[in-house]
Amino acid sequence: MTGLAAPARARPIKVVLGKPGLDGHDVGAKVVARALMDAGMEVIYTGLRQTPEAIARIALQEDADVIALSSLAGSHLAFCRRLAPLLRDAGLDDKLWIIGGNLPRQDRDALHELGFEGVFATGSRLPDIVAFIQRSVA
Amino acid sequence: MNDRLHGTAAPVVNESGLPIQPLYTEAELAASGGAAMLGRPGEYPFTRGIHTLMYRKQPWTMRQYTGFGNATDTNARFKYLIANGQTGLNVAFDLPTQCGLDSDDPLAEGEVGRVGMAIDTLRDLEVAFDGIDLDRITVSLTVNGSAAILIAMYLAMAERRGFDVKALRGTAQNDILKEFIGRGTWVFPVEPSIRLVGDTIEYCATHAPKYSPVSVCGYHIRESGATPTQEMAYAFCIASAYADEVLKRGVPIDEFAGRLSFNFNIFGNLFEQVAKFRAGRGLWAKIVRDRYRAKNPGSMWMRMIAGGGGSGLTLEQPELNIVRGAYYALISALSGAQTMALCCYDEAYTIQSEYAQRISLRTMQLLIEEMGLCDTVDPLGGSYYVETLTNQMREAMERIIADVDSRGGIVGLVASGAIQAQVSAQAYQRQLDLDTGRQRKVGVNCYRIEQEDPQVELHPYDQAEARAQIERLAEVRRTRDSGAVARALDAVRRAAEDGDNTMPSIVAAVKAYASVGEITAALTGVFGRYREPVRF
Repeated sequence: MTGLAAPARARPIKVVLGKPGLDGHDVGAKVVARALMDAGMEVIYTGLRQTPEAIARIALQEDADVIALSSLAGSHLAFCRRLAPLLRDAGLDDKLWIIGGNLPRQDRDALHELGFEGVFATGSRLPDIVAFIQRSVA
Repeated sequence: MNDRLHGTAAPVVNESGLPIQPLYTEAELAASGGAAMLGRPGEYPFTRGIHTLMYRKQPWTMRQYTGFGNATDTNARFKYLIANGQTGLNVAFDLPTQCGLDSDDPLAEGEVGRVGMAIDTLRDLEVAFDGIDLDRITVSLTVNGSAAILIAMYLAMAERRGFDVKALRGTAQNDILKEFIGRGTWVFPVEPSIRLVGDTIEYCATHAPKYSPVSVCGYHIRESGATPTQEMAYAFCIASAYADEVLKRGVPIDEFAGRLSFNFNIFGNLFEQVAKFRAGRGLWAKIVRDRYRAKNPGSMWMRMIAGGGGSGLTLEQPELNIVRGAYYALISALSGAQTMALCCYDEAYTIQSEYAQRISLRTMQLLIEEMGLCDTVDPLGGSYYVETLTNQMREAMERIIADVDSRGGIVGLVASGAIQAQVSAQAYQRQLDLDTGRQRKVGVNCYRIEQEDPQVELHPYDQAEARAQIERLAEVRRTRDSGAVARALDAVRRAAEDGDNTMPSIVAAVKAYASVGEITAALTGVFGRYREPVRF
């Protein structure tokens, strides 16, 4: 016994991965979804064109451990400002919220402040995303 | 991993899966089929180029992708580019416009004018092209889900400006099948979407016979994870699906095939790209001649825009994208493209700055003015390597097309999500190869600079602009003849229901200042909306 191993989970980490708004760039979302599945997580990918209400609803219904967004068309802050209160109202503020995509440096503090603990800008490596989730969802 | 700096004896295989030899001679060329599909430029099978003199007669059209904010902002950028020597325009619309939503739609919140120009009614389009000579500057509209509406608006705008629509040249992307594979600005379900593409082709064949109503895009399929051979093969399958749709209406192939055009991607291995385009040209000519029995050589031309390759560019060390862009432009010129648009070095960060767009434009001008790219047609023709690879890639494309056909055809494979699943699996493998360094990417997994702070000026986004756009739309709604709008929208609905060509009614509706969202709603009322098969 090392004493350092994470306690065995009753079920795999469950991730709801959403594509917010009208952004159609889904290559990154699908790549990350596959990486998370290869790491043993369960991934519910929402597909394109999700409203904040839809993402909050799916996350609640699926009892997600992680709520992940992929945004590449610049509307991430506007979207997350609408999503964050909905997630809180749904009692999902104890879940891990992460976001990836085209996220300019100047917006990253605001995303953290809104409650997105993991902010993975374009160029992030898949193993880093996987490790961050595994570390955060103990 | 091949250590390029120290040579390699290990096998080299290109992205399309073809083994690459250290040397090519007559023997390899003969084994690949020799010069059977070579011919002369301007003659079937057009492998060496669709025109006899190519750039010797006229250089490629330069058409940078441009649009942001509102029509006034975009008009100013259009004029800046034209003043700097650009010879065409390639219009970026915002996502609400591309998805058939008005600027005041709740789903448009936060997206109005963000990644392109917001267009709600004909009034906006009139502003966007104010003062631009549409006979001299050809315009490409990058729009798909709502393409029928924007084509109608463009033709109506040109007519009101006094241009002869029968002589009007230009292009709309209007390739909805690839939107289902990647890019994602779909609106209607698959079948009515293809019908709408057919409506635009059929309508333009009569009313705007010089206009190219479709630009079939391998580009975005490649971005989504396809190999270079899949990029071309899937695009040809999609172009055939549109051709079949128009043929079943009784329009002869030679009345519309010559106005089909293509949009392809450039990144990766230089020789593989050049061979891809040369191979594709011969194969498309063969398909149109042999499968569709076209008689007019112009029907067999694979006319294309090529130059950009967003997936080849990097966030890291963005100034290297200027260099990549120059190589991509070189590849495009060596490949006989009709039109070129380069991705700008700052595009991984932001809407392109004026400065970045000028660099891209100058990159193309430099090839024309300084490098001799326009002097001789198909300068790589006759290279043992390029010719062998061209033959091999054409065969590989034919195998992919045969496979698609044997699985029921491209429409079914896209509707079920099978193509999406395949290319996204490949995109994942590509990312793993980049993460592990098996595929080398300068600045990303080799020659990195840590903690760099790139000098990129971010394009500002102004919420007040979106509110002003919504106010302009409200103003149009207040001042137009609302009875005429209601009647026009009814006519759109009836045409959709009755199976008539919807274009005449859409043209009438845009002229009555019906909005993009209103016309889309009339059509979704009949067609319904697409439901994405989530497969990856």
